[in-house]
This record gives sequence, structure tokens and C-alpha cells, in this order.
Amino acid sequence: MKEKAVVQGFTDNLDARNRKGVIWHVLFQVSTVIGIVALIALMLNIINGAFGYIAYEARVDPDTLAVDGTPLTEQSQEQLVTLLQSTLSRGAYNKLENEKPFARRPREEVYQLVLERIIRPEIVGVWNLWPSITDADEIRTTVAQEHPNAELEFVSWLTSDFVSRPQTSEPLTAGVRTAILGSLWTILFTILLAFPIGVGAAIYLEEYASDTWLNRLIQTNINNLAGVPSIVYGILGLAIFVRTLEPLTSGEVFGLVDPTTASGRTVLSAGLTLGLLVLPIIIINAREAIRAVPRSLRNASFGVGATKWQTVWSHVLPNAMPGILTGTILAISRAIGETAPLVVVGASTAISFDPSSPFSKFTTLPIQIYQWTSRPQDEFRSLAAATILVLLILLLSLNASAVLLRNRFSRKF
Amino acid sequence: MAGLSLEKTFEKKASTSNLRRKTRWGETFIQALLFFSGFFSIFTTVGIVYVLGKEALLFFQMPEVDLLATFTTTEWKPQIGKFGIWPLLNATLMTTLIAMLIAIPLGVAVAIYLSEYANPRVRNTLKPILEVLAGIPTIVYGYFALTFMTPLLREIFGRDVVQIYNTASAGLVMGILILPLITSMTEDALSAVPRSLREAAFGMGATKLEVALQIVVPAALSGIAAAIIVGISRAIGETMIVAVAAGAGPNFTFSPFTGAETITGHIVRISGGDLSYDSVDYNSIFALGLFLFFVTLTLNITSQAIVRRFREVYE
Repeated sequence: MKEKAVVQGFTDNLDARNRKGVIWHVLFQVSTVIGIVALIALMLNIINGAFGYIAYEARVDPDTLAVDGTPLTEQSQEQLVTLLQSTLSRGAYNKLENEKPFARRPREEVYQLVLERIIRPEIVGVWNLWPSITDADEIRTTVAQEHPNAELEFVSWLTSDFVSRPQTSEPLTAGVRTAILGSLWTILFTILLAFPIGVGAAIYLEEYASDTWLNRLIQTNINNLAGVPSIVYGILGLAIFVRTLEPLTSGEVFGLVDPTTASGRTVLSAGLTLGLLVLPIIIINAREAIRAVPRSLRNASFGVGATKWQTVWSHVLPNAMPGILTGTILAISRAIGETAPLVVVGASTAISFDPSSPFSKFTTLPIQIYQWTSRPQDEFRSLAAATILVLLILLLSLNASAVLLRNRFSRKF
Repeated sequence: MAGLSLEKTFEKKASTSNLRRKTRWGETFIQALLFFSGFFSIFTTVGIVYVLGKEALLFFQMPEVDLLATFTTTEWKPQIGKFGIWPLLNATLMTTLIAMLIAIPLGVAVAIYLSEYANPRVRNTLKPILEVLAGIPTIVYGYFALTFMTPLLREIFGRDVVQIYNTASAGLVMGILILPLITSMTEDALSAVPRSLREAAFGMGATKLEVALQIVVPAALSGIAAAIIVGISRAIGETMIVAVAAGAGPNFTFSPFTGAETITGHIVRISGGDLSYDSVDYNSIFALGLFLFFVTLTLNITSQAIVRRFREVYE
């Protein structure tokens, strides 16, 4: 009897409790779905911006460039070169000739030059991918009415040309080669600073440090540095690398001043600033990798008479290396995506020449995205979207290589 | 014969070799080098405090700047010598608040779902997706805020209500950015709660929800609190989303649909051009940077202290 009463008391509100359980379960699932939807929306939004219709008008009508009745599209390589020579200023022509002699340029390349330099198409309308698919007819009629001379074309802003062309102020001929090279140069110095010091610090903390107040301070400090906003590192870099160490970072002490800069706002300053930024991340990851190497391996090494450093160098480090490298790659992908500190350190907004030394002015992929996103015109937003795709592809391949490295070389003890 | 001579040499060696610990200079040198590497991070911190402190001091020594007025007045106009931090601070607090309104409930809910409800297959697909979300550079989120969230808000609330640059759009997208951070820290805290606790509750007849909300979440509360505080610290220091989407120009407003510049956004805009050294603007970014540094440092230390102090230790 008594037992039954208890069971009844238990079942009394069981339905209500289960209903509540279901409702919350759905709520938890919905939250997760919202997170995924956000990611999908982010990706689709970028793709939406990177493709679509553009309408452009020629600043110079190609028909006026016909020679003896031969339209521009059918002219020979020599005729096109003559056209360039007669239209461009002598300086501009010589500059092109110096980059690569006209005689050695194929007709297609010269034709592109004529398009870029003489006809100079001007964008009069830009549409994203979604309206380009759904409202194609409407776009055609609008363009036909408002810009009767304009040509409508469906373009991908991300092309192989986009990746290999230098930056220009013309949206149709702008590229990101300058920014890609800038990013690579910067990352080189980031690695040179952060990798040796980061791994050294991790070895010290894991293998050598005893439990003293100083070592505890170092540990706490590293954890706290990992949480400092990146822009603070930018301000630090501005004061130390750009200003105080200007003779060094502008190349003055080496007598290597780049004629275009003569200030500390260089690739070197940017790389070192990012190096300070990712140092805590590298240390934390490397420590974890070193900690995963089993004690027995070290003891075996000590047992045959190896010194501490011999043990670390020949046994601990080789076994921890896959983990250390994975952590370093993740830190590098963080550095490649950083924007704020580089704006503060002084990334250049408009340079069209490639960085050629540590003392060059620089721009990087994220900086380029920031610049183009901040412009109100739609064509620059589309350029930003295409640059984001380049950046994401770069980051994705870095992360994929980190995963591969982890799977390929990681050992289980 | 041979055995005897071997014994002899052995004896001879043992008597001459010095068994005291040798000083190996190479080892000492390497250890010193490694210690220097470890100590390097201290230089960074000292550098931040010293450099930012020095320049911030110069800022407050300038005749037009008054420390008291900085924290009590509501206008930031360097051109006419007004340096009230409230317009910037208010915008930072607003974007942070909006971000946390999104990130805390969603982040904790996703973590509970992953840790208590999802089967291993779902969890193993969802966690990498969250990692991807966390690895996307913040400038990409800035682009997303400006080209997706802002038009969406303008569509919903009306074009005359929502300005092109507004704190709501920046805050919402920042919430999406911080969501994976809160989720992963919360999930770690939840999965650290031992199985036996859950099974005891199930044995008493509790439903899955009751186990999750009344047993696991309270047991992991310190970890969740730490995650939230780290999230807030991240939101305050977040720069590129607000620089792109929240607006340029300090504006003391409580409306989320008008543009307002945050502390970080202001630093980026001011230093974007060629900033001349020792100008008021130059010194002011150091004062603002120092402020950011101490606020985020305090939050991070608090978060670590909570974990240490209130962690429930099982076995």
C-alpha cells in the first residue's frame, strides 16, 4: 500500500516534467542550429558578394580606336603596341617596357594592357550573386535604360588574375598580390621571433623550472598575456618597434633604408609586433606537447648517462615536435588574420609595389579587406569579399596541414 | 691474465675518477638561454605597463587634459580639448552588452546540448564547426556585420530608424564571434562533472533536463562564470567588428540603432592615418590602451580566481 502511494506521488507530475524536458531539449537544439545558421549565413554572404553582374562603360569608345577599318579586337600585336606608344605618356610606356619588353609580350597580354590603360572601363553598376540569379531580367532592363552604352557581364571577382595582380585604385584591375606578399613577409618575422623564444620558454617551464615564486609569476603572466586585446599589442608595437627602435626597423643601422619608407612603419615592425602577440599561444601549446611526452622516456635517457639538455634535445623535443608544430601553425593562422594591431603599427593603405625587404612598407590581406570594406562603393565591397575568400582559403589550408601533421606524426604512448 | 688486468684498470680508474658533480658550462649556458626565453614574456608585460603608462602620463600632463573631467564629462572632442571618456566607454559597454545577450544564453545552451544531449556522432561534427567559427578572422565578421546584419536590421526595423553604422549590428555579430569561446569553455566545465553525479540523479528518477539544470550546471557553475567573464573581456577588447560596423565618431547615446565609436574603434580610426608623435591624439591612444589593458587584465584574473576558488573538486 505504502509503496504504491510513493509511486503515485512520483507519477503525479511526471507528464509535466517530461513536457518541460522536451521543451528545453528543443530550445537547446534551436540554439545549436542558430550557431550553425550563423556560420552558413557568414559563408553565403561572402560568396554572395564575390560573384555577380557588373555593368561597365568604356571611358574611351573602342570603335574610335579602329585603324584602317580593322576593329580593335582584330588588330595584330604590333598594331596594339603602336597604339599604346602613341596614346600613353612616354614615361608610362617606358615603365611598361622596362617591366617586360613589348616584343616579348604575347598579343593577349598587350590587348589586356590596351583595355586597362586606354579604354579603361568604368563600373556603373554592381549586383551581388543572389539578385544576379533571381532578378537577371530586371537588371538587364535597368542597365539598358539607364546606361545604354554599358556592357553587362557576369563576373567572379576572385580570379587567378586577382591573386596575381598588384593593388591599384581601379576596382576592375585591382589585385591582392601586394597584400599576399606583405602577409607572407610579416609572418616570416613573426615566426623568427615567436617560435624559438616560445619553444625555449616552454622547455624551460616544463623541464627546468622548479616551483619558485618567479616561475609561478612567469606562468601566470603568460596566461594573462594570452588574454590581452590584440590592439594593445599594436600600441606597444607602435611605441617600441616603430618609434623607439626606428633606426633598426627602418634599416638605418644597416644602411639599407628603403627610399620609399624612411620610417619604422615596416614589415619588420609588423612581424615583431605579431610575434609578441602569438608568443603566449605558442608557449601554451608547446608546453602541452612537451607535457605529453612520458616521464619514462626521460628516465631511460638519464639512466644511460645523458645530461639534461641531451635528454631534452634528443628525446623530449623530437617526440613533442608534431604537437609543437601544430600549435605553431594555429598561432600563425591567428597572426595572419590579425588586423587591428597592424593598423596601429601603420600598415600602408595604398601601395602598388611588392614588399622586397624587411624594411619595406607593407599591407596585408586583412588590412586590404578592412580598406575595401570601409569604402562605400559596392565594387570595393565585392573586392573585399574576394579577398576574404583568398584569406579563408589560405587559413583553411594552414589548418588542414596542422590536422594532417597531428594525424601523421602523433605518437601514442 | 686478461681478467686480472681488466680488474686492475678498473680499480685504477675508480680511484682516480672524481665522482663529484661536474660543472658543464654548455649545459649552464643553455639553461640560461631557456630561462631568458621564459622571462621574455615578463619583458612584454613590463613593456606594456611602462610604455603605455609613460605616454598616458604625458597625456594627463597636457594642459588641456584633466583627469577628473575625463571620467566625469560626456564629450570626447580632441579638437576643442574635451576628453570625457564616457561616449567611448558607453559605446564599448553597449556593444559588449548586446554581444553577451546573444553569446551567454546561446553559448551555454549549445554547451549543455553538446555535453548532455548530443550523441557522440553529432558532437564530433558540431565541435569542429564551432572551431571553424572561432578561427575566422574578426575582420571577416566586420564585413558580415556591415553587409549582412546591418541591412537585415534596417529591413526589420525600418531604414529611418536604423542608421548605416550602429552598435546593434556590431554587438549582434560580436555575440556570434564570442559564442564558440563561451561554448567550448562551458562544455569543458560541464564534462568535468563526474558521471557518478548524473547517474545518482537518474537513479532517483530525475529527468534528463533536471539532471542537466539542477545537478550538472550547478556543479560546473564556477567554470561557466569564468567562461562568461573571459567572454566579456574578449568583447571589450574586440576591435575590427566595431571599427567597420559601429560607426566613426564618438557619440554619447543609448540607442543601439545609432552609430557610436567604441574605445577600440577610436584607437583604430585615430591611428589609421599617419599619426604624428607627441600629439594629443598620439598620447590619448596610449591612455585608452592602458585603460583597456587594465580592464581586461582584471577580468581575466577574476576569471582565473573564480575557477581556483570555487571549483568543486571530485575525488
